[in-house]
Amino acid sequence: MWIYEKKLQFPIKIKNPNPQMATLVVSQYGGPDGELAASLRYLSQRYIMPIPEGKGLLTDIGTEELAHFEMVGAMVYQLMKGASAEEIKASGAGPYFTDHGRGVYPTAAAGSPFTAAYIQSKGDPIADLNEDLAAEQKARGTYEWLLRMADDPDVIEPLKFLRQREIVHYQRFGELLMKVQDYLESKKYF
Amino acid sequence: MKINDRDQLLDEIRQLEFMAVELNLYLDNNPNDQRAVRDYNSFTKQLMAVKDEYQRRYGPLSNFGTALSQFPWAWINDPWPWDID
Repeated sequence: MWIYEKKLQFPIKIKNPNPQMATLVVSQYGGPDGELAASLRYLSQRYIMPIPEGKGLLTDIGTEELAHFEMVGAMVYQLMKGASAEEIKASGAGPYFTDHGRGVYPTAAAGSPFTAAYIQSKGDPIADLNEDLAAEQKARGTYEWLLRMADDPDVIEPLKFLRQREIVHYQRFGELLMKVQDYLESKKYF
Repeated sequence: MKINDRDQLLDEIRQLEFMAVELNLYLDNNPNDQRAVRDYNSFTKQLMAVKDEYQRRYGPLSNFGTALSQFPWAWINDPWPWDID
């Protein structure tokens, strides 16, 4: 069961629309290394975690990723809001506007719609946790590319917060991987 | 943009909840760290108090039986989290 909290984990108040930036940031909503993929990945992988630490951490990081999914959705919404169709077309966001208007759709920046092919749930905790470590680094990388293209502090601050969370998750997954490895080793010799 | 009382309370909630999230993730891997459990409980108590205060003044932060509602039903009231205000 999940309960919704009617607030963002980090405030998003973008005063100036920037439709082109919306179509770039949206990649962290529904792209290959985005927050939806992250959440689905961890929440699907948690069932076969062999130790309670793993069930807890994957549930909790999977839940935090949903909060990030919501933050990125709010950014896309606010970046599109108030821009005229002409401004949208001139900014290069015309292709997105054609299919989705000012709506928020899970897609990669280059246009591929979200797919579960972005994630794996291997039924093997070592394989899954190694994927999770890579996923956090890839998401960090995406936030860094977005930060290089952003010039509005209202956009930069939440992107920096989200980038930092990837680093924390990477650290927690690394610790968990060692614990799971120790647990599996200890079982082998009994 | 001027910071109003509501935003200020929300920021307090966010800050306390951030501490709780960080300690929660750490404790998932380190359940026997007594000091961290104590800190987690302390931040959680403060968070619950600030949330109560916010909800008395501005309506429920969560649904499905986790917070009381004013009349009329206050859950649907603007602003929603993605609104700029």
